[in-house]
Amino acid sequence: MNEAAAETAPETALRGGDLVRRHRLVTRLWHWTNVVAVTVMLMSGLMIFNAHPRLYWGQFGANAAGHLDPAWLDLTSINHGRPFPGWITIPSTYSLSDARLWHFAFAWILGLAIASYLLWSLISGHIKRDLAPRAAELAPSHLWHDIKEHAALRFPTGPAALQYNILQKLAYGGVLFVLLPGIILTGLTMSPGVNAAVPFLVDLFGGRQSARSLHFLCAFGLVGFFFIHIAMVVLAGPINEVRSMITGWYRLPAEKEDEA
Amino acid sequence: MTRERRRGINPIISRRGLIGFGAAGAGTLLLGGCDKLNSSDSFRGALKGATGLNQRTQRFLMGNGLAKEFAESDISPVFKANGSKMVADPAYRAHLAEGFANWALRVDGLVKQPLMLPLTYLKGLAQRTQITRHDCVEGWSAIGKWQGPQLGSVLAAAGLLPTAKYVVFHCADLYNGAPYYESIDLTDAFHPQTILAWAMNGQPLGEPHGAPLRLRVERQLGYKQAKYIARIELRDTLAGLHGGNGGYWEDSHDYQWYAGI
Repeated sequence: MNEAAAETAPETALRGGDLVRRHRLVTRLWHWTNVVAVTVMLMSGLMIFNAHPRLYWGQFGANAAGHLDPAWLDLTSINHGRPFPGWITIPSTYSLSDARLWHFAFAWILGLAIASYLLWSLISGHIKRDLAPRAAELAPSHLWHDIKEHAALRFPTGPAALQYNILQKLAYGGVLFVLLPGIILTGLTMSPGVNAAVPFLVDLFGGRQSARSLHFLCAFGLVGFFFIHIAMVVLAGPINEVRSMITGWYRLPAEKEDEA
Repeated sequence: MTRERRRGINPIISRRGLIGFGAAGAGTLLLGGCDKLNSSDSFRGALKGATGLNQRTQRFLMGNGLAKEFAESDISPVFKANGSKMVADPAYRAHLAEGFANWALRVDGLVKQPLMLPLTYLKGLAQRTQITRHDCVEGWSAIGKWQGPQLGSVLAAAGLLPTAKYVVFHCADLYNGAPYYESIDLTDAFHPQTILAWAMNGQPLGEPHGAPLRLRVERQLGYKQAKYIARIELRDTLAGLHGGNGGYWEDSHDYQWYAGI
């Protein structure tokens, strides 16, 4: 994220109100590519889910309650068996085959984008410098302090705003290292062709139906992240935040002393 | 790296900010236009290009790899029957009533020797028994035990002409009033787990599961597992076969011919 913070010049040279370079081009390109890919994957995925709106654990699962492969989630009673409405699905009217066309094409964009970005982040030091939590940050007292600050909507100001705080690191790390790789791997596991090519994947997730359930849970983890992320952007100053992710330029929030 | 900063400029909406909102607005239009894109031939063509990439990638990665086989204890207590569950054709019903004693599988098209193969012949060939997972395109799975001769041994008995590229399965049932058919290429036709199953879970196939004979092509989805097979036809192209896309769902609903995902 923060080229400025990575500089050797003392951070005290920066003040609230300064316009600084924040997100690098690779980060910005990945972010918006990912926005498009995740949106299409979610909306086409909800249409695919509509084709069989039940989830199971284990290797198999096909039947409703009353059988020996009971679903842990059964939404067949909602909206005549197509629980997700047209405004949130691609396409908007029921078509499993069209949703599959979209899903398995945009999967390439999603997968190649996150794989390239993780590789770049590792090589460029982005992970080590900006994303990896430091031991002190993980101390319960520090975590609790940050949670209280967030709950009170008190966000870092001045140069401190250039560093991700621990809650940001955990949220971004959860998306980059858990939810996105998890959703891709569980998605691949549902493919009988991939099962034949890479048999250990289906064992890793405890069966195809478990992988399908985890795929759905990862998707809703990403949806949860999306709402929190948007809320934080709005609270932190949406124009400044969105601009920094488009152009890279970020205006440091004013310090409290300046406000006083 | 140079640090760039500007002090003292504090417009409420910057030019870059405006560009950002323009991009966000374009994004909204794009999403609103998904249905329009979905019905555009060129966009669908691009999406299908990715499907071709999926097939080539999977084929490259899996080689002759096998689908996972399970233990008896893994078999689904209730194997869901899907698609046609009965066949109206009077000739089929007569064969069903006779236990398929006078039924025969026709093998023709681009073969050296067209054949009519009774069920007893198919049961007399070397048998393969496999407990595999059936994955429906809708998302559900069921595990069952299948037994029958490898498709490869039946094709070898007929002898393929060099021009033969596709194996087409013509079925006895009508689905939504139209004949059901499916096709695979020779890569899958000669895969060791590709069998013509006449038994399921140790019993002759029941009518809901495709009696007397169904295809098991284990590295693809359920709609490829043709039931009620009456005739196997070897072809050099899928063009000219019904809608030309190689199967009932492929022709009627634009499902993908390669169903490895």
